[in-house]
Amino acid sequence: MEKVKLSIDNKLVEVEKGTTIYKAAKQLGIDIPVLCYMNLEGLGIENKPGGCRICVVEVEGRRNLAPSCSTDCTEGMVVHTHTMRVINARRTVMEFILSDHPKDCLTCAKSGNCELQDMAVKLGIREIPGQEYAAMSTYKMDFSPSIIRDLDKCIMCRRCEMMCNEFQTVGALSAFNRGFQSAVGPAFEMDIEDSTCTYCGQCVAVCPTGALTEKDHTRDVINALSDPTKTVIVQTAPAVRAALGEEFGLKPGTLVTGKMVTALRRLGFNYVFDTDFAADLTIMEEGTELLGRLTKFLGGDKEVKLPILTSCCPAWVNFFEHNFPEMKDIPSTARSPQQMFGAIAKTYFADKIKVKREDLVVVSIMPCLAKKYEAQRDEFKVDGNPDVDFSLSTRELAHLIKQANLDLKTLPDEDFDKPLGESTGAAVIFGVTGGVIEAATRTAYELHTGKKLAKVEFEQLRGMEFIRKATIDFNGTPINIGIAHGLGNARKLLDEIKAGKSEFHAIEIMACPGGCIGGGGQPLHHSDSSILKARTKAIYAEDEGKVLRKSHENPYIIKLYEEFLGKPMSEKAHHLLHTHYFDKSGKIEIS
Amino acid sequence: MTKIKTIADLVKLRDELQSKQALADSADNAESIIQIKIGMGTSGIASGAKDVMDFLIEALEKRNIEAIVSQTGDMGYSYAEPTISVKKPGKSPIIFGYVNVQKADEIIEKYIKRDELVEGVIPVNYHTIDN
Amino acid sequence: MTKYKQIRIVLNNCGVIDPENIEESIARDSYMALGKCITEMTPQDVIKEIKESGLRGRGGGGFPTGLKWEIASKNHADQKYVVCNADEGDPGAFMDRSVLEGDPHAVLEAMAICGYAIGATKGLIYIRAEYPMAIKRLKIAIDQALEYGLLGNNIFGSKFDFNIELRYGAGAFVCGEETSLIHSMEGLRGEPTIKPPFPAEKGYLGKPTNVNNVETFACVPIIIRKGASWFNKIGTEKSKGTKVFALAGKVNNVGLIEVPMGTTLREVIFEIGGGIQNGKKFKAVQTGGPSGGCLTEKHLDTPIDFDNLIAAGSMMGSGGMIVMDEDNCMVSVAKFYLDFTVEESCGKCSPCRIGNKRLYELLERITKGQGVMDDLQRLRNMSNVIKDTSLCGLGQTSPNPVLSTLDNFYDEYVAHIKDHKCPAGQCKDLMKYFIIAENCVGCTACARVCPVGAITGEKKEPHFINSEICIKCGACMERCKFDAIIIK
Ligand SMILES: Cc1cc2nc3c(=O)[nH]c(=O)nc-3n(C[C@H](O)[C@H](O)[C@H](O)COP(=O)(O)O)c2cc1C
Ligand code: SF4
Ligand code: SF4
Ligand code: SF4
Ligand code: SF4
Ligand code: SF4
Ligand code: FES
Repeated sequence: MEKVKLSIDNKLVEVEKGTTIYKAAKQLGIDIPVLCYMNLEGLGIENKPGGCRICVVEVEGRRNLAPSCSTDCTEGMVVHTHTMRVINARRTVMEFILSDHPKDCLTCAKSGNCELQDMAVKLGIREIPGQEYAAMSTYKMDFSPSIIRDLDKCIMCRRCEMMCNEFQTVGALSAFNRGFQSAVGPAFEMDIEDSTCTYCGQCVAVCPTGALTEKDHTRDVINALSDPTKTVIVQTAPAVRAALGEEFGLKPGTLVTGKMVTALRRLGFNYVFDTDFAADLTIMEEGTELLGRLTKFLGGDKEVKLPILTSCCPAWVNFFEHNFPEMKDIPSTARSPQQMFGAIAKTYFADKIKVKREDLVVVSIMPCLAKKYEAQRDEFKVDGNPDVDFSLSTRELAHLIKQANLDLKTLPDEDFDKPLGESTGAAVIFGVTGGVIEAATRTAYELHTGKKLAKVEFEQLRGMEFIRKATIDFNGTPINIGIAHGLGNARKLLDEIKAGKSEFHAIEIMACPGGCIGGGGQPLHHSDSSILKARTKAIYAEDEGKVLRKSHENPYIIKLYEEFLGKPMSEKAHHLLHTHYFDKSGKIEIS
Repeated sequence: MTKIKTIADLVKLRDELQSKQALADSADNAESIIQIKIGMGTSGIASGAKDVMDFLIEALEKRNIEAIVSQTGDMGYSYAEPTISVKKPGKSPIIFGYVNVQKADEIIEKYIKRDELVEGVIPVNYHTIDN
Repeated sequence: MTKYKQIRIVLNNCGVIDPENIEESIARDSYMALGKCITEMTPQDVIKEIKESGLRGRGGGGFPTGLKWEIASKNHADQKYVVCNADEGDPGAFMDRSVLEGDPHAVLEAMAICGYAIGATKGLIYIRAEYPMAIKRLKIAIDQALEYGLLGNNIFGSKFDFNIELRYGAGAFVCGEETSLIHSMEGLRGEPTIKPPFPAEKGYLGKPTNVNNVETFACVPIIIRKGASWFNKIGTEKSKGTKVFALAGKVNNVGLIEVPMGTTLREVIFEIGGGIQNGKKFKAVQTGGPSGGCLTEKHLDTPIDFDNLIAAGSMMGSGGMIVMDEDNCMVSVAKFYLDFTVEESCGKCSPCRIGNKRLYELLERITKGQGVMDDLQRLRNMSNVIKDTSLCGLGQTSPNPVLSTLDNFYDEYVAHIKDHKCPAGQCKDLMKYFIIAENCVGCTACARVCPVGAITGEKKEPHFINSEICIKCGACMERCKFDAIIIK
């Protein structure tokens, strides 16, 4: 690789050709402020529109200032990052941006976690000249089951657009209007609910401001908790425990399972359960479905639909309902763990504790915004009463905990309640890309071959690569497994299936980068991809620390089948744990 | 129409066209003809060049004057649109500005028929690539 | 060669030939240059000739055309494109439209020559849909050239193929910026992207693409026919050939002119333009459209070329030239251009999207008499920052009308702010209606016509206008038969 030498703030540095000034400065410990620029290093997710102009620097011999995020270093370049000219320009540009931004920090959902606010602090902005008579660009608010859009706060960084169009290939967001009135949203300024949005929440996860936030249900949960007529139970998704600590200043990758349970109990939940229990249940159902289809296929049945696709990511479900409705009979019919939990809680468990369905409130804590939408789908309601009443994001849980004056860091560890709180390591890894299929493989292998696995870890299914392939030997039968995270990557595998070229028997798909640990409801990563890696590590560590590591070994799952469901894919299981999909391609699609 | 396949074809075609043009331009031969061009760029059209052209075609025919009336692009004199150029055989073209239907009538009656000058002549004020 | 101030190279055929009849073009040597290139010259020879001619881009930037072609020729790809930029978005400019309407074959021929030189077989003309006449004539011209075999496959019996298609723009000014133009042609949002990569490396559909302006192309056939050394004798040391201007505003002879580079502004305005209308006083000339600046008396003897205009604080731009007289308020002129920029900004980068709006707001306050002296410093700082930080040429030049009027007409700004007066009498909000007592006979006509009852006075006594109430409708002034009412 060709190298170039340059000087930045009078320090010499040598970098590979094609390195931007911003990155070269970083090597020297010079942190040039950036706002629109975003880079999930190592994942290949980069947003570089060069639009905000906060990152400008002076390059000797150049007429105007250069945006350091998108200007490559050249040999002999002399760069200054904090001359008067640069500082004045940066401040003035920031004043421009703020002059068209509501001063709502006190009540804004992003406050304290807002990159724009941080930038104003960093640049020492104290007043905005001419604010009294500066016109503001305004837009209508947009509310949806998962996402709230307040484009008055949009700074046109285009990160959401890049995530939605390039990474997810959903194409629900694009820049509209021109000049002063431009912002990013669905075409024709329609509501996001009417677009092809999957509610993956990746736009929310990257939005530097309060323009995109989740629909907040913390009030509803507080109300339920303080209602003496209600029994309120909670389930927590696997990825939450690997990230919640970040909201309390703990190092990324710190597992806080026990502290989280304590916090939830102190918040007043009557029972603190685990979505992991339902993840084990998912494996029983989905694994059995997979084995069923495989056995038929190996027996020469040409009609059987393969590959089977996982169905526990609701954004992914939305995606294929919009984009691949003709293939809606390929995914597993198994409901997501959140919904399986809700269905079992409001039948099996409600009976057990003798509480009427209407008086049982099921709250879920999810790394995910699509789960909010999923929870209110009609097919998951009985007489209008949803199986899951409220789905909170990890961030919302952190707010709840803080409002209850609890300091998560110092809380003791407690255990989940029984019976819906027991889980195996297989369920924990649902939180990372490749985890669901690894969990299914552990169970399917043992059920299919009748042999015990010597080693439960399938390293070949792990990693951060967007599309991964592995072949697992099922006692002489090679099973081809595909994994994709990111809907754009999923699309590639689906196109292969559509073209009849797919070599896979089973495919796992997660909408978010890294799987649910990178979900749209997680603490904001602020484009630091090392956080996603740390969470992944934590999840695998939790799995390793478990005594039971295979879903079919979960004693409470065994009991559930014995007492209630019969066997996997039984009629009752079908009724409660499986679903069907809809053709939603009729919605307008803009790409 | 045969396609031009070589540069010689093009030169031949050009030379033919030029000699035809030269005949039309010069006085006293069977091909000599009055040539009138109307400045029909967007601004010419906007200020009424189309009416002037229609009028000229009709009037010349009615008055039995043989002439070729054709359109051309913007002559550059926005302040004096519509503009027309009138070339009589053997003479240099003359450009008239501010041409409306009355003026066009006057140009036919005075300049074309009797070689009398009409007001509104725009003098040539530029060099061409050839001089 | 000095008899006339103008020389028509680009406009050679405009207003002479029938643009819808290819034979009239051929009779005047059209396609001879293309024939010469294909049969007698290598692509390198063509590039060398264009380089030696000194031709620089007429789309505004003045980039050396030969060099641009050379870069495109050196980028290898299975497909390359030649794009003609006919977006022409400057308000008041119509040079490119006139060339396309008057001599379409010159542009088609030049594009084919460019294709031959850089190794492209496809040409695209990006033209605004608001140019129906130019579109019609281009379509006819393309059809006729195809019919004669002057475009299409195996041109002049060679292996060289060249086809041209039209692409229509929706008339956004910024779509004239080359990267934006390319995105627009690709069906994406018409907004610029950072260069590099330049179109010559990664342009239309990711392929090397050479973008030139209409007028730039129109110079090419003549350069090939008459030779680089003929062309480069015209003009100044660093700017060769001629420039077409759309001369407009307060001169007597508004219209399309073509002058050799190096002609002075005085020659253009007072000789070709015939001086200022109604014998008024020359005040300023605006060149370069919304990217340019206002030049004054002291610049009149500046020879026009790319570099001199920039040095004077303006720009060549694409060739709009608007002359102003004493009745033009320079703050309003700056405001007019800013209004245009605010409308045309694509919104991608913050300094242009928001900064220009703020500039406009300040100018508006000044023209309303609400400005304060500190505003002038703010105007200057915001202007400099917008220029310094904007992503594309639009924002990088949009403050020029503000800066140049601040430089050259500072007193006029001060008059608006300190005296609440518009010296040119153009800012309605600052005007006051007065009755000159000596002229007033007290006929009461004015008082009766005033819709808000601002005029008082006894019959046969001088009347008085209460400027607090007056809404500046002008009705009184119209009615007064004794010229007793004036605006100050
Ligand atoms: C805001 C903006 C608008 C532009 N509009 C035009 C235009 O209308 N026509 C044009 O030829 N060039 C326009 N340009 C310049 C083009 O980007 C490009 O430089 C030019 O087409 C190159 O051709 P040339 O080298 O022949 O001048 C514009 C540039 C900017 C920044
Ligand atoms: S988006 Fe950020 S800067 Fe804007 S109001 Fe919210 S917290 Fe404040
Ligand atoms: S939630 Fe996902 S699909 Fe919906 S707009 Fe955001 S990024 Fe696009
Ligand atoms: S909505 Fe947020 S992420 Fe999207 S462009 Fe606006 S500020 Fe950026
Ligand atoms: S990957 Fe996980 S967090 Fe992301 S949308 Fe799917 S289920 Fe939700
Ligand atoms: S300078 Fe203006 S037109 Fe150019 S990219 Fe920025 S916002 Fe768009
Ligand atoms: S961070 Fe570089 S332009 Fe926004």
